[in-house]
Amino acid sequence: MSHEPDDSRAADSSEAVGRAGRRRERRRADEAAREWKGAYRPYDILREATIALGVVLGLALVLTILFSSPDLKPSTVQTWSRSDPVDFVTTATTELDDSSITGSYGPPYNHASDGQNIWFIHLAKWFGVSHPINTAQDFVLAPLRSITGQPALQTAVSTYEAAPANTQTTWTSAYEKALGNASAKPGGSVSVKPGNYGPLPTMMGSLLTFAQSGGLDGALLTSKQFYQTDYTKPLMFMSDGGVLVNRAMQQHLLGTQWGMMNETGSYPGQVWLWLYTFWYQIKPFSTSTNADILVLAVMGVLSLAFVLIPFIPGVRDVPRRIPVYKLIWRDHYRSAPPAGTSAGHTEEA
Amino acid sequence: MSSVSRKSWTARARERAVGALPPEKLLPDSQPSYMSSWIYVFGVLTLTSLIVIIASGSILALKGPGWWHLTGIGHFFNSIHMWAVELFFFFMVIHLWGKYWMAAWRGGRARVWITGAVTFLVAVPCALSGYVSQQNFDSQWISTQAKDAMNAAGIGAFWNLMNFGQMYSYHVFLLPLAVVALVIAHVLLVRRHGIVPPFQLSGAGAGAKPTSAARRAPDSGSEGTS
Repeated sequence: MSHEPDDSRAADSSEAVGRAGRRRERRRADEAAREWKGAYRPYDILREATIALGVVLGLALVLTILFSSPDLKPSTVQTWSRSDPVDFVTTATTELDDSSITGSYGPPYNHASDGQNIWFIHLAKWFGVSHPINTAQDFVLAPLRSITGQPALQTAVSTYEAAPANTQTTWTSAYEKALGNASAKPGGSVSVKPGNYGPLPTMMGSLLTFAQSGGLDGALLTSKQFYQTDYTKPLMFMSDGGVLVNRAMQQHLLGTQWGMMNETGSYPGQVWLWLYTFWYQIKPFSTSTNADILVLAVMGVLSLAFVLIPFIPGVRDVPRRIPVYKLIWRDHYRSAPPAGTSAGHTEEA
Repeated sequence: MSSVSRKSWTARARERAVGALPPEKLLPDSQPSYMSSWIYVFGVLTLTSLIVIIASGSILALKGPGWWHLTGIGHFFNSIHMWAVELFFFFMVIHLWGKYWMAAWRGGRARVWITGAVTFLVAVPCALSGYVSQQNFDSQWISTQAKDAMNAAGIGAFWNLMNFGQMYSYHVFLLPLAVVALVIAHVLLVRRHGIVPPFQLSGAGAGAKPTSAARRAPDSGSEGTS
């Protein structure tokens, strides 16, 4: 019979004894840290807090005086339609045939897709459509219906609504293609080459005029009640176009530029989100269609680990093994050298 | 007398509270001799940054969300608020790193670490809800970008970053309430358990040899703010 099993058992037993010893030592060291039985010195805690408050207030004041804070005016549908009417009309046309970002988004706005998932977990789909958006109705048709005194426009809208779906798609596709070569006229209107666009030129011309007058901003906020604080629809509409992204690019706020952790101007922004934003810059996250849920999953695990550091072997032992504590408590160790040692202390635990 | 034999809930709660945190522990006038490092100031700097945030935020809330866009004094208080937030996170991160390298969870202090770490995690959405409540271009961009992560996790179904009313409520009340509650719990736990003693070195006892300048604390008051 081979001796190997016996050797193995002996090694295992020795290892087990070693592990048990380390556990006992850790418990002993932990117990020793429970209560300080050494010396104390006078300390005025309220004085320290008052001084700290003064320091923070002073720092905030100095930073305010030197740098103030950013406050770029928000974009509106009105400013967008006036500054870039071709982009506005193109976006509105994609809203009609659901080919816009919002139109194909999925939950919580519509059922166009299942949303992002990680393995078999489809949280977006499971939580469902909580903020329904019908891009054609909400962004184009309903606002056009609210315009009174224009029978030709109402007839055009009726013609569009009554047309079969494939005819509508033919019109919108042809119109979107023509808009690719369109330009804005000095008055702010948009003209395209003649083609088979059905009633779209009439509809989009009126929508553009409505938007340039500021009426569409109000129409997109309209709800069943007088008071309104939900800007989901106008923001989603503007996000489908270039108005926000163009300004963001100028301000270095795109996802590839570390996105939302930045702030307009040269302000620090949400720098504490650096690790969250970092994952978006590297593969596989940067190329994944499920990047958001993957990054959130990683950050969820890391956040849990952060909270539970006291219970995670290895991570909790790093401070003991890399003696930064000797720097932190150098005065203490200098004033109270351990017996039998000179200046160089040896960590016991 | 029945009040002696059967204590009221109030009396029991008071006795338990005072037992856990007697006045000399709650407001100590002495600290362990090893509390001698700049790293200890970052806890109280974090705490006082939070006070400045709440004070400046309260002024902004009193005047309403649109005030700071229209007046110079409003913009001044918004700037104070913003920089106090930056300082709060800056000090808190240093405080957390310092406590990590001290292994400040030792000696039954795991809850102290946990409440501190959770405070950081709750402060992040508290700040985010503020950024999307600013009613300017930053709000528009940040809300439309951050919504994708919220939606992917299903959170967007009930926490809509583009709903100003909802975000404002979270920012000025619900999330600050959570942060303040966590900070109070954290500070009380620090007061109860005391700041963590240094690692023991070879040949040293549980407590270091008192120096001539040091004195023994009355009773067991042994905590710092950090």
